[in-house]
Amino acid sequence: MAYSDKVLDHYENPRNVGTLDTKESNVGTGMVGAPACGDVMRLQIQVNDEGVIEDAKFKTYGCGSAIASSSLLTEWVKGKTLEEAQQIKNTEIAEELALPPVKVHCSVLAEDAIKAAVDDYAAKQNQDKE
Amino acid sequence: MKLPIYMDYSATAPVDPRVAEKMCGYLAPDGVFGNPASRSHQFGWAADDAVEQARRDVAALINADPKEIVWTSGATESDNLAIKGAAHFYQKRGRHIVTCKTEHKAVLDTCRQLEREGFEVTYLDPEPNGLIDLKKLEVALRDDTILVSIMHVNNEIGVIQDIPAIGELTRGRKILFHVDAAQSAGKVPLDMGVMKVDLLSMSGHKIYAPKGIGALYVRRKPRVRLEAQMHGGGHERGMRSGTLPTHQIVGMGEAFRIAGEEMPQENDRIRSLRNRLWDGLKSMEEVYLNGDLDQRVAGNLNVSFAFVEGESLIMALKDIAVSSGSACTSASLEPSYVLRALGREDELAHSSIRFTIGRFTTEEEVDYVSELVRTQVTRLRELSPLWDMFKEGVDLKSVQWAAH
Repeated sequence: MAYSDKVLDHYENPRNVGTLDTKESNVGTGMVGAPACGDVMRLQIQVNDEGVIEDAKFKTYGCGSAIASSSLLTEWVKGKTLEEAQQIKNTEIAEELALPPVKVHCSVLAEDAIKAAVDDYAAKQNQDKE
Repeated sequence: MKLPIYMDYSATAPVDPRVAEKMCGYLAPDGVFGNPASRSHQFGWAADDAVEQARRDVAALINADPKEIVWTSGATESDNLAIKGAAHFYQKRGRHIVTCKTEHKAVLDTCRQLEREGFEVTYLDPEPNGLIDLKKLEVALRDDTILVSIMHVNNEIGVIQDIPAIGELTRGRKILFHVDAAQSAGKVPLDMGVMKVDLLSMSGHKIYAPKGIGALYVRRKPRVRLEAQMHGGGHERGMRSGTLPTHQIVGMGEAFRIAGEEMPQENDRIRSLRNRLWDGLKSMEEVYLNGDLDQRVAGNLNVSFAFVEGESLIMALKDIAVSSGSACTSASLEPSYVLRALGREDELAHSSIRFTIGRFTTEEEVDYVSELVRTQVTRLRELSPLWDMFKEGVDLKSVQWAAH
């Protein structure tokens, strides 16, 4: 399958690969997908006091499109508020990376990942308040 | 060493230059371009001579009578002709067929078609090493079984089935035995004088002949009858009509002749390259060989690299031509049905790479591939959350994954 230059760039030079400390209260972790399906994404966000995402890291098991979708996502969410980050749509990712129809599910997974990470962060904040 | 490196010989092989050169003599005006079916002039006679020489060469490789060889367009057509042709001809005797889940699609889809026509098909599960348990095969045979179709060498994992033993089982019960030998003819010895095989499919392009030519062996003693699938001028004793492609047939004959002469030395060389590659890869952690190592064709190495997805690995190996059992390399998004039939977890099926080595593979290429695979698997594992979890001691099977 022929990949777009953007997918190849993210695949060969993935941005923001790594791990944040899951235990920190200002870190939200979203892990989506399943090994049996051939892709698992782990997206982590670090949120400052103003509710802005100041750092993001990912690790992905999956095809080139899945790796590129998560790499792009980390670039996009940095500097965004939680609310803005949640507005990111899979169609925007698919369009930016010119994903073919058979690979659109990779962008859906990326959208699920940021939602899961924000939910995890919110759940931690609520716990702290209790 | 030239890049990219070709290690996908089970998909197809280049034409051997000796074969290509010979074929060139059967195309142009100053060559033997006649129609082998033309009986009225020497253009036809010369072409017919060439076709019959090739028929003898193909027959010789499998120790058959040249009259038992029917030319086809390739192994897919041979499989179709053998299975549908026998099923249709013998359907009054019974309508039950036995095959295996790891067969090539040319066999499986042909069987599916027969099911739509009212035949009943039993699909055997292979053992985890890819081989068929003969006791399970024996149990599957019924009074109305007319045909057993089992491949000799599997195209994905390279395992070699025990064809002589299966032939003893089927012949004893007067059941026809078809063998898809697309991946084995010219690579594993075949002897129709000894093996109780009734129908045998062969391919040209897997053994350095061109694509678009194949053959079907149809036993004469005891005689096997087939209903033709292609009707027309009655070529090939009515079993397969259509003008014979002389140059293609000459190519296949020459390729089979060369294979017959060089098989023992060539297999030794290829096997040692394959083992060199496996030695280079198996020292990594969490690397699994798919299919039996001993009952295996010389050139095949099918390996799963756990926690790395196959398609992303293929992307990383862009200077190497290999194939993957990963879902992402197929249009269906299903991982390899062959690996699943072995009971391999989907995770490992997604992580599999098939390396197939052939006549023109060099030691230098093997070493390059070995080194590149090690580097890239390591890089992709560093990107993999599953590898992190594995290293932290998390049992991935205990995790509740949200399947999508």
